[in-house]
Amino acid sequence: MHGHSTFEPKNGFVKWLEARLPILSFSHESFVAYPTPKNLNYWWTFGAILSFMLVAQIITGVVLAMHYTPESTMAFDSVEKIMRDVNWGWMLRYAHSNGASMFFFAVYIHMFRGIYYGSYKAPREVLWILGVIIFLLMMATGFMGYVLPWGQMSFWGATVITNLFSAIPFVGDQITVWLWGGYSVGNPTLNRFFSLHYLLPFVIAAVVGLHVWALHVVGQNNPDGVDIKDVKKDSVPFTPHATMKDSLGIAVFLLLYAWFIFFVPNYLGDADNYIPANPMKTPPHIVPEWYFLPFYAILRSIPNKLAGVVAMFAAIALLAFLPWLDTSKVRSGKYRPLFKIFFWIFAATAIGLGYLGAMPPEGGYVLAARLLSVSYFAFFLVILPVLGLVEKTKPVPATIADAVLAKH
Amino acid sequence: MASASTVEPTRRDFLFIATGAMAAVGAAAVVWPLINQMSPDASTLAMASTEVDIGSIPVGQIVTIKWRGKPVFISHRSPKEIEEAQNVDVATLRDPQPDSARVKKPEWLIVIGVCTHLGCIPLGHQGDYNGWFCPCHGSVYDTSGRIRKGPAPLNLAVPEYSFLTDTKVKIG
Amino acid sequence: MAFMKKFGLAAAAVIGLVALSTPSLRAAEGAEEPQPTRQNWTFAGVFGTFDKAQLKRGFQVYKEVCSSCHALHIPMRTLAQPGGPGFTEDEVKALAATYTVHDGPNMQGEMFDRPGRPADYFPAPFANPEAAAAALGAAPPDMSLLGKSIKYERGFPKFLWDPLPLPGAVYQEVGPDLIYAILNGYTHDDDPNWNLYFPGHKIAMPKPLTDGQVQYKDGAPATVQQYAKDVSAFLFWASEPNMEYRKLIGRRVLVFLLVFAVLLYFTKKRIWADVAH
Repeated sequence: MHGHSTFEPKNGFVKWLEARLPILSFSHESFVAYPTPKNLNYWWTFGAILSFMLVAQIITGVVLAMHYTPESTMAFDSVEKIMRDVNWGWMLRYAHSNGASMFFFAVYIHMFRGIYYGSYKAPREVLWILGVIIFLLMMATGFMGYVLPWGQMSFWGATVITNLFSAIPFVGDQITVWLWGGYSVGNPTLNRFFSLHYLLPFVIAAVVGLHVWALHVVGQNNPDGVDIKDVKKDSVPFTPHATMKDSLGIAVFLLLYAWFIFFVPNYLGDADNYIPANPMKTPPHIVPEWYFLPFYAILRSIPNKLAGVVAMFAAIALLAFLPWLDTSKVRSGKYRPLFKIFFWIFAATAIGLGYLGAMPPEGGYVLAARLLSVSYFAFFLVILPVLGLVEKTKPVPATIADAVLAKH
Repeated sequence: MASASTVEPTRRDFLFIATGAMAAVGAAAVVWPLINQMSPDASTLAMASTEVDIGSIPVGQIVTIKWRGKPVFISHRSPKEIEEAQNVDVATLRDPQPDSARVKKPEWLIVIGVCTHLGCIPLGHQGDYNGWFCPCHGSVYDTSGRIRKGPAPLNLAVPEYSFLTDTKVKIG
Repeated sequence: MAFMKKFGLAAAAVIGLVALSTPSLRAAEGAEEPQPTRQNWTFAGVFGTFDKAQLKRGFQVYKEVCSSCHALHIPMRTLAQPGGPGFTEDEVKALAATYTVHDGPNMQGEMFDRPGRPADYFPAPFANPEAAAAALGAAPPDMSLLGKSIKYERGFPKFLWDPLPLPGAVYQEVGPDLIYAILNGYTHDDDPNWNLYFPGHKIAMPKPLTDGQVQYKDGAPATVQQYAKDVSAFLFWASEPNMEYRKLIGRRVLVFLLVFAVLLYFTKKRIWADVAH
């Protein structure tokens, strides 16, 4: 795709560098001249917000690792020392722990936006699948990070989640012992989780690089779901237009983030995690972090160990097949009246599952979780394939410029 | 942008400069905690003083104790060592300091046992001046811990200390 | 805002489903502990600060009552830290010296006892939790994080507005409210281990406070209610000694971000002024 301007080296050094490593012209094409659909709304700023959060998490994480001790008898105290004694330690730790929540909050909005506007449809399948891979890596990173403070929830969360693998037929038990490095979650587990928790964000950064690369090959989707046809009429240059809009999005998001860090820093965490890990005593309610709750609810809704685990992983894996499960020719949900309704039912289902995941697995909660699990899977396996065949869609504008004109 | 001329240039510039300045201030404010977190934390700063019983140290012996993670030499100097330390033309020294400025009682020299060159621990009762000799790069200190030969620029540092009793010293 | 309407309808359907599914459970919960009453704490909210006199009294209650069974794993120097009870460095030095601390080895290779220093941690009443359990029947929890580590379920829908910046919300004092409630919850005179607010009503700690037990120097009433309030505040401070500073920095950050966001909004508007979008 041709950008809005071309990079022209101005001075001798830039020319010299360009002949050897064309990084400046590459950056110019990717982040300055890159054509951005002019009709993007603020839901599209979450890509930039997520990039920002990834950097924020890596920086605060690297800094926290300077003070943290990944050893089962010292981990809890080292975190307390960060909170009490290290200069700004309380802020760095609250920024990192709440940052994980903000990261997931942003990624869920990003994903729902992608689903609503059909951002996974051809030619963006690879872009979407890379996103699903990032989401999986984030879950692994978030889970292992939550284990590091070695509180009660860390320990028992690690125990429950690693036990998921024991559901694998024949080799499950060996796999869990291998994961633990012992016969239960213990010091070797903590040590390796720390190592991987440090590693995975850089893997995420690499996959984000691929995600952005793929994005720049196929171009951004937009609320009307029509591709850029005329760069001048349909798009604006990435800088300053998208850059400034993204900056505003980040600043507003930072307000929310700062509110959590400074005023309700423990709201999203579990009080039990301020009790040191005790392998002899399980807390009364084991609850994962909020961002895992919908999947946790699906796991618990099935009264069979293997089937529950399979259902939980399937709930995530299905996302990767969205490009083929959705049979509609029309990309954006804006022009799909029936899809819109089912989309919001799906969103409410996900939130409902999240609430039920935090409730004790008893009584009516179990029944509700089962109904919502069915609703979750039905969206992917029944609604989306069928809808594309039966839905009467609204007329889609020919170009982005037409769509904008129609609005004004 | 082509339309720049249609907007008042001054107000536009002010807005952009103000926004840019805010971004710069914000970035600087975020960087500070990231730098400051590496400074010694509250527990390190509060690290206690050490009390040492020196009554059992015989004349002529040097004892090494640990204070704030570093060695401190406590030398019970003999009259000969005291004399050697005092009979020096201060003006000829690299880091001129009379012995009297380095001790509270002449028979007790208390110095931090870290070579002022690059941080190695010098060996006691060695070198041409019967003080300390640093094996790393050959710095030689006298019986007052002053630098006499070799690459080190300064005398061995004297920590803050006080005599609680005749046989008890509090370092720090 | 059409999407809000649709989402609202879908959400209402899901909430209805959830609500319909739970009445049996609600009834079962009724037999359990009542929710503690929310207290008026000086340290609540965006502008909250600790009441120094209250923290001092709370520390006195800890020292004279709680500390015989509970450990408080924080350095004594914390007491002189800004944003705390406001003891002077010298007062903390004198206080620390009243404790005996096990240290060593000395030059002879022996462990020895010495008077405490501000850098030391408050000595624990028992060598380890097992020793505490052997002596008392159950190991009392360390109190250094008690202000944050105990909670009660706020339940739906209260949990939704607890974190919000609304008047009366921003609720972060679940811990001290529950500690206060438990200390005042010994309502069965014939059973010192029965507690109205403790999960299951059976608490291993027998009623720890009685009126007149601690002599305050500042004229505050010598009642269980007052002791409970003061020690709850003290424990919340002990679990979060940087809270005042955190909120101060937080207010500055929020003001900065608000101004920055407004500037960005106008800058963005200006840049997009010539684009139909």
